[in-house]
Amino acid sequence: MNTLATLAPRRFRPGFWTAIFVILFLAFCSVTVIRFTKGLGAVTNLSDQFPWGLWIGFDLLCGVGLAAGAFTLTAVVHLFNLKRFEPIVRPTILTGFLGYAFVIVALLLDLGQPWRIWHAIVYWNTHSVMFEVAWCVMLYTTVLAVEFSPVVFERFGFHAPSRLIHRLITPLVILGVILSTLHQSSLGSLYLIVPSKLHPLWYSPMLPLHFYISAIGAGIGMVILESYLSKRAFHRHLEMDLLEPLARGMVVALGIYGLMRLQAIARNHAFGSLFNSYEGRMFLVEFLLGVVLPVALMSFRRLRTNPDWLVGGAFLAVLGFVMNRLNVSITGMEAASGTRYIPSAMEIIVSVGLVATGMAVFAFAVHLFPIFPEGPVAGAKEQSGGA
Amino acid sequence: MGMGLLFDATRCIGCGACSSACKEQNKLPGKVEEVLTAYTWTTVQEKEGLNVRRLCMHCEVPTCASVCPVAALKKTPEGPVVYDAERCMGCRYCMMACPFEIPKYQWDRPVPVVGKCIMCAGRLKEGKPTACAAACPAEATTFGKKEDLIWEARTRIRQKPGAYVDHIYGLTEAGGTSVLMISNVPFDKLGLKSNLPAEPPAMRTWQVLSNIPDFVAVWGVFLYGVHWITARREDVANAGSNGNRHGNGRENRS
Repeated sequence: MNTLATLAPRRFRPGFWTAIFVILFLAFCSVTVIRFTKGLGAVTNLSDQFPWGLWIGFDLLCGVGLAAGAFTLTAVVHLFNLKRFEPIVRPTILTGFLGYAFVIVALLLDLGQPWRIWHAIVYWNTHSVMFEVAWCVMLYTTVLAVEFSPVVFERFGFHAPSRLIHRLITPLVILGVILSTLHQSSLGSLYLIVPSKLHPLWYSPMLPLHFYISAIGAGIGMVILESYLSKRAFHRHLEMDLLEPLARGMVVALGIYGLMRLQAIARNHAFGSLFNSYEGRMFLVEFLLGVVLPVALMSFRRLRTNPDWLVGGAFLAVLGFVMNRLNVSITGMEAASGTRYIPSAMEIIVSVGLVATGMAVFAFAVHLFPIFPEGPVAGAKEQSGGA
Repeated sequence: MGMGLLFDATRCIGCGACSSACKEQNKLPGKVEEVLTAYTWTTVQEKEGLNVRRLCMHCEVPTCASVCPVAALKKTPEGPVVYDAERCMGCRYCMMACPFEIPKYQWDRPVPVVGKCIMCAGRLKEGKPTACAAACPAEATTFGKKEDLIWEARTRIRQKPGAYVDHIYGLTEAGGTSVLMISNVPFDKLGLKSNLPAEPPAMRTWQVLSNIPDFVAVWGVFLYGVHWITARREDVANAGSNGNRHGNGRENRS
């Protein structure tokens, strides 16, 4: 307790971002109350025709996907033995863990009866992709917590558990990569079952692979973006010597992914719908802005080594990823459903409120724990909504 | 093959007795609505001058049952695809996945469950026909063994050439269903999905899921192999430069 007290943010002055965060958080809480007293229909624009909306498309698909940096980077450091990336592993694992926590909270709101979430542990259906995703998310969140725990132990001076985890790090990382590979791809497999509903610009038997590879690309983009936000919020320097090679990895992942997408569209004979349909326009924005442009920009060494361009490229990759998941889950499903789905204000409040909460917890954690190589950033700008 | 229902759109008079009987049998609140809802499990719609029933098709390999993470939906040997509301946690994947768009949700309730036709599974156990078939005054909905119903449908199509479209809807759609429909108007014009493959959609995911155990083994061995090689490389490099000290690959030595 004593340690915690000394670490409580000193000279805490609520700023602009703190105010925004408090408002968002209160709005989030009110929506939660309405949702659990009046039902899903009262807060969402979901319907019998459109049962999955923003909370699945953004919170679940993007939350899990953008946390892919954690398994990618632990594999790079502990399996490929590129130890120089070690300094950015901790913030990435923290981002990953918070991403999965975000997903789980969102699911608790989206599930009709979230108090039965444990049913997936008791009642098995091995034919269900959702069952597999549930187990992988559950187990991988645990793996991330264990991978992160040495940071907490270190802070409070317990060294025995840290040493144990350090000895077990290889099997732990391998387990994390296997679980991630399974559920990152399975989020794509969720949509394998709707060949007659999902638009041919997105439907493909290769959906699991599309989801997996794009998650690696965007996950790396997220690592770069998170480094940049940390730099701004906590006045840190940008580790350009580490981020530049990561951007190269991102180009490779996104490049392979882009080619696979084109091949899938050719296989579906769907190029005809590119220019004369709503779906086609949405695809073009997603693909040109979110895949082609970042790959093109980040292929130039001059741009990769420039912090502004690097962050811009990473941002485009993350944006393209988010657009893709929303297109698969919403745009591509609309025609078959016969309705148009636009998320309600309250659905958006929940998603934005959860992102803000994640950022606030991240900011709080870097004050408390040695996340960055230089230790807790206690003296830096004191803003809980810092990023 | 179990029991099933045969619906003949040319015979239906649109009286709605089936929908009312369904409401009564399953104690569903409210009036019969024009479309299926969590409280209207079957309804009659007017399309192209015909009356068409909407209800769960009771697939032989139900997509809803395959996607449900807690196995709340099940195909019974008697034919009905039944739903266990006590298990359901409300992920709504069944609604997303159903090729016929049948399961509906109680959006207005704080403790919601899915609603869909269960082919009066309870009545079937007692040897009775479904409530809708028992209520039908025009013999448009017939209850019986599925094989008998197929034979009956074929007979009707053959006996009056030109009076029916030469297709039994549900014989192959999404792998075949326990509910069959015949009509004198093409089925897509009646609002029924005509683009459904004969292979059950569930097979597409099972092809992926069934490979997971093998994949885990191969991927695990591969990843450990990568680790072993990179750690060994570092060991060799360290041994070369600083005599006999070993580095991070220590835990791999047996």
